Amino acid sequence: MNRFLIPFGLFIVVVGFLAVGLTLNPRELPSPLVGKAAPEFSLPQLHDPGKVISSNDLKGKVWLLNFWASWCGGCKDEHPVLIHLAQSGEVPIYGMDYKDQRSEALAWLKEWGNPYQIVAVDEPGRIGINYGVYGVPETYVIDKAGVIRYKQIGPLREDILDKKIMPLVRELQNQ
Amino acid sequence: MRWLWVLLLLIPSFATAYEASPLAANPQAEARLKALAVELRCLVCQNQTLADSNAPLAEDLRREVREMIAKDLTDKEIIDFLVSRYGDFVLYRPPWKLTTTLLWVGPFLLLGVGAIGLVFALRRRQKKMTDVTLSEAEHNRVTQLLSEGARRP
Repeated sequence: MNRFLIPFGLFIVVVGFLAVGLTLNPRELPSPLVGKAAPEFSLPQLHDPGKVISSNDLKGKVWLLNFWASWCGGCKDEHPVLIHLAQSGEVPIYGMDYKDQRSEALAWLKEWGNPYQIVAVDEPGRIGINYGVYGVPETYVIDKAGVIRYKQIGPLREDILDKKIMPLVRELQNQ
Repeated sequence: MRWLWVLLLLIPSFATAYEASPLAANPQAEARLKALAVELRCLVCQNQTLADSNAPLAEDLRREVREMIAKDLTDKEIIDFLVSRYGDFVLYRPPWKLTTTLLWVGPFLLLGVGAIGLVFALRRRQKKMTDVTLSEAEHNRVTQLLSEGARRP
């Protein structure tokens, strides 16, 4: 009996580690930017390249910043969720067209619908680097003071929105 | 038919090759980039370094590092720039912190547990062995057998 106790104990420990380790998503890295000021940007707008959209213009309200691209498959997956959220009018969504071609981005929005208030164009991907983006789509919740409060890596889903993002947005809006 | 062959043979002469352009005007800067890039992880293909990866993000980050080198930033400043955006995960050698203690100490911990286990097992085995007393004749027989074995190759 005693002979098997030690190997069995070790087995349980290994299974415990595997149970936790294998269910984690290695693609989701904790962002060091949560709780820090959102990096500033001043970029041309997608629909009106002559106009500039600046992060400073958005201070004083809670907003979502969604990095997307017409070449990105996950962006198509989350798109209905964004459209639904935009229709609810609860929180403004600003788009960041990441490493994309203007004509293709415009065609994509025309075909599937535009959930964004304004879309900024980050063609060389520099603003993406400042925000620590490593795979679109990524979505940031930014508060009235311009601080990043949450980062969603990968496509948004209704349940993430309902359980995490919207309660946080409402809390921030009431501050 | 022959003119067709001649024409076919002429085709390669239209292909003009250019000399490969150097990676950078400044080989010293490129050497620094290379040294830094093998220490940094590509965030897209997580088991490749920034130097190995062909992912667009890795290209962008190499460009970013190249620009910082051109601006004469120190290695520490460049690494801090990336860590502040992507976290410790970009480093192939994570710093010693509370959260990384197990990562650094773990292997030695396992080695220690193994060594202790080994010591216990050997002791237990030693206890099981009982001393056997040999008679004079038996002792002589053992010496004889051992010396015979030694002579034979």
